[in-house]
Amino acid sequence: MMKWEKIGKIFDPREHELSCGCTQFAKSPQAYIHDNSVRIFFSSCSLDKTGKYLSHVCYVDFSKDFQNLKNTNKAQVVPLGELGAFDEHGVFPIHIYQQQNELWGYTTGWSRRVSVSAESAIGLVVSRNNGQTFEKFGKGPIMGASLHEPFLVADPFVLKRSGVYHMWYISGKRWISLPEATQAERVYKISHAISDDGIQWKRDNRLIVPDSIGSDECQALPSVVEVDGVYHMVFCYRDAIGFRTEAGKGYRLGYAYSKDLVHWTRDDQVLGLELTGEGWDGQMMCYPHLFRLDERIALLYNGNNFGKEGFGLAILESDINEHIKS
Amino acid sequence: MGDRLRIFFCTRPPADDAGQFVSLIGFVDVDPENIFRIIAVSQKPVLDLGGRGTFDEFGTNPVSVGRFNGEIRLYYAGWTRCESVPFNAAIGIAVSSDGGESFRRIGPGPVLSYSPDEPFVIGSPKVRNFGGFIYLHYACGRKWLASSGRPEPVYRIRYATSSNGLEWKKAGRDILSPVLGENECQAGGDIFEFEGRYHMFFSFRQALDFKNKARGYRIGYAVSEDLVNWVRSDECAGIDVSPEGWDSEMVSYAHVFELNQKLYMLYQGNNMGAEGFGLAVLDS
Repeated sequence: MMKWEKIGKIFDPREHELSCGCTQFAKSPQAYIHDNSVRIFFSSCSLDKTGKYLSHVCYVDFSKDFQNLKNTNKAQVVPLGELGAFDEHGVFPIHIYQQQNELWGYTTGWSRRVSVSAESAIGLVVSRNNGQTFEKFGKGPIMGASLHEPFLVADPFVLKRSGVYHMWYISGKRWISLPEATQAERVYKISHAISDDGIQWKRDNRLIVPDSIGSDECQALPSVVEVDGVYHMVFCYRDAIGFRTEAGKGYRLGYAYSKDLVHWTRDDQVLGLELTGEGWDGQMMCYPHLFRLDERIALLYNGNNFGKEGFGLAILESDINEHIKS
Repeated sequence: MGDRLRIFFCTRPPADDAGQFVSLIGFVDVDPENIFRIIAVSQKPVLDLGGRGTFDEFGTNPVSVGRFNGEIRLYYAGWTRCESVPFNAAIGIAVSSDGGESFRRIGPGPVLSYSPDEPFVIGSPKVRNFGGFIYLHYACGRKWLASSGRPEPVYRIRYATSSNGLEWKKAGRDILSPVLGENECQAGGDIFEFEGRYHMFFSFRQALDFKNKARGYRIGYAVSEDLVNWVRSDECAGIDVSPEGWDSEMVSYAHVFELNQKLYMLYQGNNMGAEGFGLAVLDS
């Protein structure tokens, strides 16, 4: 089992002035490493004039030891989409990928629907000022609903290996309508696509990670780090129904590994990050981002209430490949 | 279909309690020797609506039919409902295994959908085989206009090509210059080949306040030698609104076909086809 040092919650959105009128939530932290600091992008929420949420991308800069919170963004980082666009009502999450001297942001744009709460698709935004602001690659998405992935394409994570771009993301499988419920609930799974240019993608159209809590398991936010030829994926998963309120049905962290980027072995226990029942992350752990922090492996994630009160950090103290060698 | 000509069209049941419609595909069979003799009308929609949350949950309209490797395929625009704008659309495919009586989706999602420079409202498909390739001409949204009523989209005709009709390569450009200004809407680009040239009839209108004679749909015309470059000359269409009657305010959604060595055009008339469609024959 991996051994993590939990640093604890490192950012609480209620303690800072955020851009775009955001006051709560700091969801899906994503680290981008500078020479002397770490920029963490996240999605926060504002309320529109009808009282509904909009998601905005924000960032916070930390010193590399995370002892010093340097500043948060002042200007809008990623513009929301125009009327009728796929990202009109928010970007959540954003994944940062360094593309030569540009930073590419793979976004999950979402917009409101009538029969279901929302639809989402993956967009691309580009920064030429080291991530302070991003411009849209286009008004539309680079990857959305398709023949066999009919809705809710989201949560991209991109890695390039041997000249091929790999994207892990999630796609919707079905909307569940319960007789008594006013709202339909979604089921989504981790998916995979490859690309020659990082823009046009060819999908596997298959499940990547087996379910552990039945076919209605929802899997989200895959992130992947390679260490000595082994690929490690951390994601979150939950039940499709009752996940907001019922203990034991909310988000937990999942783990899988692969040696070939095709076959993945799931083993949640080996991650060693179970819910403890106590503290800011005792009831829920979600929206993880696994990344290299110089020579170490680190994990950003959200705790209770889907990140309403911020995100935290854990540092790996053991060899991430130990469970494979033994 | 041998002894009969099957005409697919889109219709709708009465509005729901909220005043909202869904559109469904049906057909009418007519006598090829006397097109005005109706043999049969479909008794139920040939395709169900899509499941919850899918692109075609609230409508399938319009439709374009083709035969591919002996299989009858429907290309249709699916409609979903949004909050900030009234709808969105994308193009799906359904196939028949009973000779065109009923159709089933080849998958729950769309076959042609949104991309960076084609952000929404992908609709009005017209599928054709030319020179061993399959061409799909469609309407592509470029912006939504916030008006005093509900927002209305501006869309233009674009096209994509394919070798199998499933995986499409978008051309990525508008093919017809607007004549009504930047808010001209174009749809229903119906192409036929005649003696080595390509002729397109399409529909165009103003984006706002278009449900009337002055700003409603008209049939435009363009010609091409190569299916890439088009010369628009609407005055050559040779069809306009009638002085009076069912097509006196609007004409749109033309479909040209050859039957018994004659070229016919099916088209819809006033009020976006509320009172049906009609037929014209080419005299020249």
